[in-house]
Amino acid sequence: MGIAGKLGNLGVVTTTLEAAINWGRTKSMWPMLFGLACCAIEMMSTQASVYDLSRFGMELMRASPRQSDLMIVAGRVTRKMAPVLRQLYDQMPDPKYVIAMGDCASCGGVFNNYAIVQGVDEIVPVDVYVAGCPPRPEQLIHGIMTLHEKVKTQRIADWA
Amino acid sequence: MSERPLLESSGHSANITEWEGTVQELRGLVSPRALTGETMLLNMGPQHPSTHGVLRLLLELDGETIVSCVPDIGYLHTGIEKTMESKTYEQAITLTDRMDYLNPMGNNLVYCLAIEKLAELDVPERAQIVRVLLAELTRINSHLVWLGTHCLDLGAMSVFLYAMREREMILDIFEMVSGQRMMSTYFRPGGLWRDVPPEFIPAVRAFIDYFPAKIEEYETLLVNNPLWIDRTQGIGVITPEEAIAYGCTGPTLRGSGVNWDIRKAMPYMGYETYQFDVPLGEHGDVYDRFYVRIQELKESVRIIRQAVDRLEKTGGPFRSQNRKYVPPPRSELGRSMEALIHHFKLWTEGFSLPEGEVYVSIESPRGELSCYLSSDGGTRPHRVHFRTPSFVHAMGAIPKMAKDSMIADLVAIIGSVDIVLGDCDR
Repeated sequence: MGIAGKLGNLGVVTTTLEAAINWGRTKSMWPMLFGLACCAIEMMSTQASVYDLSRFGMELMRASPRQSDLMIVAGRVTRKMAPVLRQLYDQMPDPKYVIAMGDCASCGGVFNNYAIVQGVDEIVPVDVYVAGCPPRPEQLIHGIMTLHEKVKTQRIADWA
Repeated sequence: MSERPLLESSGHSANITEWEGTVQELRGLVSPRALTGETMLLNMGPQHPSTHGVLRLLLELDGETIVSCVPDIGYLHTGIEKTMESKTYEQAITLTDRMDYLNPMGNNLVYCLAIEKLAELDVPERAQIVRVLLAELTRINSHLVWLGTHCLDLGAMSVFLYAMREREMILDIFEMVSGQRMMSTYFRPGGLWRDVPPEFIPAVRAFIDYFPAKIEEYETLLVNNPLWIDRTQGIGVITPEEAIAYGCTGPTLRGSGVNWDIRKAMPYMGYETYQFDVPLGEHGDVYDRFYVRIQELKESVRIIRQAVDRLEKTGGPFRSQNRKYVPPPRSELGRSMEALIHHFKLWTEGFSLPEGEVYVSIESPRGELSCYLSSDGGTRPHRVHFRTPSFVHAMGAIPKMAKDSMIADLVAIIGSVDIVLGDCDR
């Protein structure tokens, strides 16, 4: 098959620029160190020894939104917190992704009341929703893998 | 070359009056020096890795010294107390879990105790033992998260990894009994949701045999570590008188040497029959609060050891036989009309409590957790209020300890008080 077939024997891999960029983005996706409530504790468990998120190159939680690619909204977002959350999202450099972790961030969860934003997608665009109250670390890892699959299908032509 | 249009509003000057409201608001909170610009105002939080959630602090700094510290809470206000008024008593238990998410069993316990006190509902001995056992496991669970994050804040990464490793064992036990790792909702008015499974006792035994060596490991890492001592000793001192005056409870109070533990002072669930000591500090600083909590881990293991011995010997029902409050077992539904009626009543409208109000306190990992429950005789609470230790500590103790300390010590102080914002804001 053309050049790939000939060079393959020489230990050379050919790829497209698109695939290389997307591969790079999935392998060093730095989440923001941003916990809100109960889910943040499970997010900590995900990074800690037993579940070990560093297997996915994601152990480095950045405290600053300027250095992070992924915002994991871990917990219930209150009306008081919503503007802060939006500001943090705006401060993140492109390309940026959002995972709504847990029922509260996805849809309000058990708290259908005056204080809680009924789903964080009211204020920021969400890529992956992870169900659970709180989700198990495996569920969060599955959400992250789902996001990776999504990132791998991105096209350079779609870049704004 | 294109024409460059002039701006429409020429002669625009900075409008100082629009800041007037902010300045008025600050007056009284910070010293007058801040308004003249002599000291600096710095915002810390609500997104800050060391505020353990979404605590926001307004700091007034003179160089690196904190002149005043004004907490701003409510970033996690969930309206739990109000939402509980629209749920039946049984449904509302699920909401208490999500209040202080490091102490879910304790929150269940205080709420169930309030219902049981108002309803004069009995709790069988087996359920009491399991409750004590799980409450102490929850205390260890909470203290482990505290230890990990407190050390992480002060730059000791490895302790976090060790503490979370041990915590997984506790979460496995919680999952075994309730099906959920964190939000267990396992305690119900009159007892437990269901009996503990047969593999529960071996799992608890495995944990208490394994864990004491791990406490020693943490002590080896920290207790005599000169770096740890430098960061914690003599920092954030609060005297016993001040601690009482500021409403401190739990390890924050005991770190100052005040012997006050609800489990000893106002025993509940049969705590008076267990042998355990109340560890006390002597200096009231960050180190002593840390040391008190480490000792509490050992005391909790002691209590669990006694409880598991008793549990092996104690059979009997795991929840009350009072059918007005506790649903009948499924086996009774087929042969008892009365059981069917009770089942139907309890799962449609729920039980109703007699009119009145109660106030009960328990010792949560963070301090005195109390529940005020007021009933108007209906099937839903008229008012539920929780006196949570984190709220009192965040509003009183942290500003007191932070005053005149260095800004770098603030994360040590916040960590040593062990606040949970879900507990604080509710």
